[in-house]
Amino acid sequence: MTLNEFLPLAVLASSLLPGLIIFALPENRVGVRTTLNLLAALAKLALVGILLFGVQAGEEFGFAYAVLPGLDLTFKADALGLLFITLSAVLWLFTTFYAIGYLEKAPHRSRFFGFFSLCVTATMGIAMAGNMFTFFVFYELLTLVTFPLVVHRGTAQAMRGGMIYLAYTLVGGALLLGGIVWLHSLLGHTGFTHGGVLATLDSSTHWQLQAIFLLLISGVGVKAALVPLHGWLPQAMVAPAPVSALLHAVAVVKAGAFGIVRIVYGIYGIEFAQSLDLLTPLAVAAAITIVWGSFRALFQDDLKKRLAYSTISQVSYITLGISLFGPIGTIGGLVHLVHQGVMKITLFFCAGNYAETLGMHKVSEMAGVGKRMPWTTVAFSLAAFGMIGIPPLAGFISKWYLGLGALEARMPWVLAVLAASSLLNAAYFLPILYRAWFMPQAAAWPEEHILMQGNRETARLLLWPPLATAALTLALGLFAASSLSPLEWVKLIADREYLTWTP
Amino acid sequence: MIDPLIWLILLPLAWATLAFLLGPGRGARTAIAGLSLQLWLAFDLAMKIGAGGPALHAVGGWGAPLGIDLAADGLSAVMLLLAQSVALPLALYARAYFAPDKTETRYFWPLIGFLLAGLNALFLSADLFNLYVTLELVGLAAVGLVAAGGGAAQVAAALRYLFAALLGSSMYLLGVALIYGAYGTVSLVTLEPLLTADAPRIVWMAGGLMLAGLLLKTALFPFHYWLPPAHASAPAPVSALLSALVVKASFYLILRLWLGPFAPLVGALAWLPMLLGAGAIFWGSWQAIRTPHLKMLVAWSTVAQLGYLFLIFPLLATTGALQAGVMQAVAHGLAKAAMFMAAGVLIKATGQDMVAGLAGVAQRLPLTLFSFGLAGVTLMGLPPSAGFLAKWLLIEAALAQGYWFIALVALAGGLLAAGYVFRVLRQAFLLAPVAYAIAAVPRTLEWTAFALATASVLLGLRGVELMALLAAGSAP
Repeated sequence: MTLNEFLPLAVLASSLLPGLIIFALPENRVGVRTTLNLLAALAKLALVGILLFGVQAGEEFGFAYAVLPGLDLTFKADALGLLFITLSAVLWLFTTFYAIGYLEKAPHRSRFFGFFSLCVTATMGIAMAGNMFTFFVFYELLTLVTFPLVVHRGTAQAMRGGMIYLAYTLVGGALLLGGIVWLHSLLGHTGFTHGGVLATLDSSTHWQLQAIFLLLISGVGVKAALVPLHGWLPQAMVAPAPVSALLHAVAVVKAGAFGIVRIVYGIYGIEFAQSLDLLTPLAVAAAITIVWGSFRALFQDDLKKRLAYSTISQVSYITLGISLFGPIGTIGGLVHLVHQGVMKITLFFCAGNYAETLGMHKVSEMAGVGKRMPWTTVAFSLAAFGMIGIPPLAGFISKWYLGLGALEARMPWVLAVLAASSLLNAAYFLPILYRAWFMPQAAAWPEEHILMQGNRETARLLLWPPLATAALTLALGLFAASSLSPLEWVKLIADREYLTWTP
Repeated sequence: MIDPLIWLILLPLAWATLAFLLGPGRGARTAIAGLSLQLWLAFDLAMKIGAGGPALHAVGGWGAPLGIDLAADGLSAVMLLLAQSVALPLALYARAYFAPDKTETRYFWPLIGFLLAGLNALFLSADLFNLYVTLELVGLAAVGLVAAGGGAAQVAAALRYLFAALLGSSMYLLGVALIYGAYGTVSLVTLEPLLTADAPRIVWMAGGLMLAGLLLKTALFPFHYWLPPAHASAPAPVSALLSALVVKASFYLILRLWLGPFAPLVGALAWLPMLLGAGAIFWGSWQAIRTPHLKMLVAWSTVAQLGYLFLIFPLLATTGALQAGVMQAVAHGLAKAAMFMAAGVLIKATGQDMVAGLAGVAQRLPLTLFSFGLAGVTLMGLPPSAGFLAKWLLIEAALAQGYWFIALVALAGGLLAAGYVFRVLRQAFLLAPVAYAIAAVPRTLEWTAFALATASVLLGLRGVELMALLAAGSAP
């Protein structure tokens, strides 16, 4: 086995093995577990760093082996996969720190961190999948390992949320499986290739390809929370804050969005998808989701629920970008994969901080919290401004490219959708900020768990991760033009997808 | 030179007899030693068949038609491997499960030996009459195992089981007699060229009788009525053995005859097992979702999972269908044994067998619950598990021949399985005050269940060797 074959496996193993060891650790071995968690997260980052340098230099990393005759489990760390891998690896590190602080002295931490590591492993597998079969294996694995995290609290409400989550995702998985096997029986393989693999098929199969597209997109659309498949996401809010953060920023919804990217670019090929008239319906579905999610967010008093509807809306920016035919739209969609993750994880970290520190769960309780928890509120504000799309924050870059992409694709109505969504974003975020910063504290905090310690508003491990990701939100916007930014990486991907394309 | 063919039958007979003479304590040790040897023999045989094709053994040097022939091809080797791989961990489990001084323990070891001898002989037999003998041996040993506890419910279930088993095997025997009357032979090889599509009506009748008898023994819907009470009231190790292996024996026989001598006759019939199989999946899963008892849930799940085995019959023209059926048989064998074993631990620990009584078990018995979950992953057909590969192969074979509704049944069945598996997991994860004092359970019980559950999942990452073995030649 060469090094280039070994590295993708090492990326998987760097969270799989620690996860399995953590399961076996007794509950009270806090030190060992924490060390293992952090070492694993750092080791993964180092491995991802090597991969990034390698791919930029034109190296190819991949590994395949046969599960059944004619059916391969294939891993490939290409530029697109690495985008998702890097995002996950970086945010995993932050979330690990945060979760250690969040779950201090809580029960069942071995189980939690074990499944947490498996969850990241599944995400890595999704990112590195080289064909639809491998993608599906890890996609379903992700469903299974996130279930214990969602129901971690074990309350009746958590169970209800978990069961709704399962019902949606398992049905979605069944649709996806149907589509993949159908594809496999037409094509004989399901490998991802630049420019797609289906264009060579006979035109008599085109109606089948359209049906398969519907099956595949409905399957991954459940996790990507495309309306009307989004019902599970607000219910899954019962999960502990680090889990919500991971679910919304890195793991589950991103897996769905990433699946759409792979299906459109790797299987159908953007030009072939356009010629089958598949992109416009996808864009319409994304647009409806964007507006509907933002609209519903307006009416949520529960902070995490408001953020959940906001996720539904924001994740569909990715889908929208993909369905805009043209490299600029692609750039906007893919870069939002990263930007949305960083911003949304910040918001969830902050929501978790309010709940853990002051017992605050509702928007209506937040009056005056900016004075009590200024740093958390600064982080929250930065991320919220980013979501609205105010320059120079990360969200602005995404929206800018999406808008240009819409014009390039001659779909001006998309601009209206973007504008409406931005207005709605402002309408549900700005009142929170106004309440937090400018209104006086109206009543005692609902339940103050963590008192002020000197100048520190909450526990260290709860404070630093959101500050770091908020700083990242700013940096991603400010330094978008630098050669190390995700934007540059995404341009590299778009170049490769549109190799043969001339506007 | 040790010929695994004959020793796979003689060994269990030998240790069964020894176990009867030595009593449960030393009997158990003898049995475990014997089973370890058998596992090695089964591997040895699989290697030989994989390398050199089908194996043949004429007992005592007398070949057919005078003597008895034993034959093994890829399919037999896979089934033999499955039987020994399930039986060994199960024996370790049973040794820790049964109190040494109970009567059921005394009968358990000899009976399980006879059962395995019967199973192994069945997988190796090459003529219809020997197949009948082995079928009867398996059936009687299984009924004995259910009845060994001696409780009223167990005896009632055992009697029901006995009736079904005897009725099934008599129908089969009647069919064999008719075939013998028509052709003067019962050897599978000799029969193969004789049976043609224009066979006399009596042969059709014989085939019908044999099929009906075997379907009854496989508990295919709507002949399943005897299975849930028998499998649910037996002690956990027995339930595991019955669900994982015994029902597979008659399925193997149907498959063997269907693909072998009866192949010219069955063309039009293929939709019957498929429709019954679909009925089994829906009815069995629905009952599993509804029943309040844990072991009953697992037993109904067996009814449902057996349905998948019969979905393949209209598709047998493609090799993928046979692969799907065998993969499902293996996946279900490993997973269902693990699930019954885990259920046994849960029942032993909580002292009751209601699903509702499992609240909070996740904290006390995480390993067992994990095993239950892993086995559930295989039953739901989710990746990465052998059950998933089986489902993949089945759906692909169905779509390749344009029978998309078979694919739909398989997909819907997976969702229904999720319904009953997560019913248990959900209850176990509830953070409720534990209603029952949770007794300590021997570690062996937890780890053997875990081993089988893990095997059923890991096989999903590497099915190539198994499929290669299956393809290594058809019956000689």
